Amino acid sequence: MEDLSLHVLDVAENGISAGASVIRISIEENLEADLLTIVIEDNGKGMSPEFLDKVLDPFVTTRSTRRVGLGLSLFEQSAMEADGALNIESTIGIGTKIVVTMRHGHIDRKPMGDMASTILTLIEGNPSVDFVYNHKKDAKAYVLDTREIRSELGAVPLNHPQVVSLIKENLAEGLGQIQ
Amino acid sequence: MPKISIEDLKRIKEEQIGKMVLRGGRYRAKVTVHMGTCGIAAGARDVMTLFRELIAEKEMQDVILTNSGCAGLCAKEPMITVEVIDSAPVKYVLVDREKAKKIFEEHVIGGHVVEDYALAIGSETMAV
Repeated sequence: MEDLSLHVLDVAENGISAGASVIRISIEENLEADLLTIVIEDNGKGMSPEFLDKVLDPFVTTRSTRRVGLGLSLFEQSAMEADGALNIESTIGIGTKIVVTMRHGHIDRKPMGDMASTILTLIEGNPSVDFVYNHKKDAKAYVLDTREIRSELGAVPLNHPQVVSLIKENLAEGLGQIQ
Repeated sequence: MPKISIEDLKRIKEEQIGKMVLRGGRYRAKVTVHMGTCGIAAGARDVMTLFRELIAEKEMQDVILTNSGCAGLCAKEPMITVEVIDSAPVKYVLVDREKAKKIFEEHVIGGHVVEDYALAIGSETMAV
């Protein structure tokens, strides 16, 4: 993966495959503590302790179309390259939480990438799933919660082109303000 | 922090309700971008972004853009599936921005399959 936003997209897609109705993505850039934390949490079906033990093994996957699963192991590798780690908590029937930490200023830390594109792709591709995206940079924060947007839209789907462009503008403005 | 304006959302809702009844909630075409780890690493998100821009640019109301997981042909990513109403779905392989543009114009809008970029037509074969 070229940047962290692509890892986030990949892991969030895992949550959707696990049947989640809400995906929470939280990014915290704490420059003072030189810490970047990315949390991706879903309320999907969760993983058993046995599966959790081996999930970072690239030769483990839930899919049937191929026998190699690289998503989480690649993300872990990216974290480790920047003096960080990837941790997973998961409970059957409750969901899964992936916590990735990195040294923010590490020379090998991958760039954040285009988070707005990642969030838009998730919303547009999965209009029945809700996303709560929280991005903090030191004292500034941006929050997007599709549940609030959905409640105003009634029968109009979240992936309607006009809704998508409103969300796109909001992401650009909000992420611009915290930079 | 910017807020999405509730007025804007209400306006879209009011405008769309009439249109949705007219269309019977059906879409004419659906574009699915395969978004597995392999697809994402190969550039699927850029392809999705391009389709989003094209749909917005042409103000198309009857084309739905969505995504799915890995289809098992990771070496051929980015892959997309185009379904036009009343015809068989077509999978396109090794899609880049250039190819995506052509597929959008000829297949999604025009209804003609771009055979050069298609994986296979007329069957669900998995041959690479």
